[in-house]
Amino acid sequence: MIRPHQKQPLWLAFAVHRMSGIGLALFLPAHFYILGTVMKDTRPLDTFLHWSELPLVRVAETGLVFLLAVHCFGGLRLLALEFLPWTPYQKTLAALAASLALFVAVSFLLNGI
Amino acid sequence: MPGLRLYLAQRISAMVMTPLVLTHLGVMIYAIRGGLGTTEILSRTQGSLLWGSLYGLFVITVSIHAAIGLRVIAYEWFKLSGLLLNLFAILVGLGLLALGGQAVYTVVLA
Repeated sequence: MIRPHQKQPLWLAFAVHRMSGIGLALFLPAHFYILGTVMKDTRPLDTFLHWSELPLVRVAETGLVFLLAVHCFGGLRLLALEFLPWTPYQKTLAALAASLALFVAVSFLLNGI
Repeated sequence: MPGLRLYLAQRISAMVMTPLVLTHLGVMIYAIRGGLGTTEILSRTQGSLLWGSLYGLFVITVSIHAAIGLRVIAYEWFKLSGLLLNLFAILVGLGLLALGGQAVYTVVLA
């Protein structure tokens, strides 16, 4: 059940920040592990990189880029909220963070085609 | 007081990481053009003090940031507390540091 406060845009910004953080924390160990395999043999990474060029995998990668970008830009909004003088444009800043993240992710996707 | 220290460590690690994340995003958008290969990645990173320092710092800050972030979630969602909560956070931080350190060593020094 959706509670009234969960319909607020800034609650959504909080939820996106938290879920993107969890997603990145789950992805990071696999990312580090794959990179760490190059030392023993370059073939696994090459196989992985070749696999990552499949369209569906590329879309999933774009999702990861979006997660990183939206966590970064959303985090900047939070830092500004906590450490800079208050501004009443918090919803606008949250929308700007999401837009920038989408721009970065789409740039990644289009550049890889 | 430990809560304040963790809060500050979380925010300071975020501030340090911001330019590193923006650089990483830029590198990804640039490098993805024409496809990625191990040789191409290693030719950019092997023996590079700049990339080694940049990604080394990235691994340290992300380990701190993620460990504290997941500690908050473990407390709020799974009601972990006390020693168990701190052990969980330390394990996450050290695990990421070890895996990330190995990855940086591999692509820069090995």
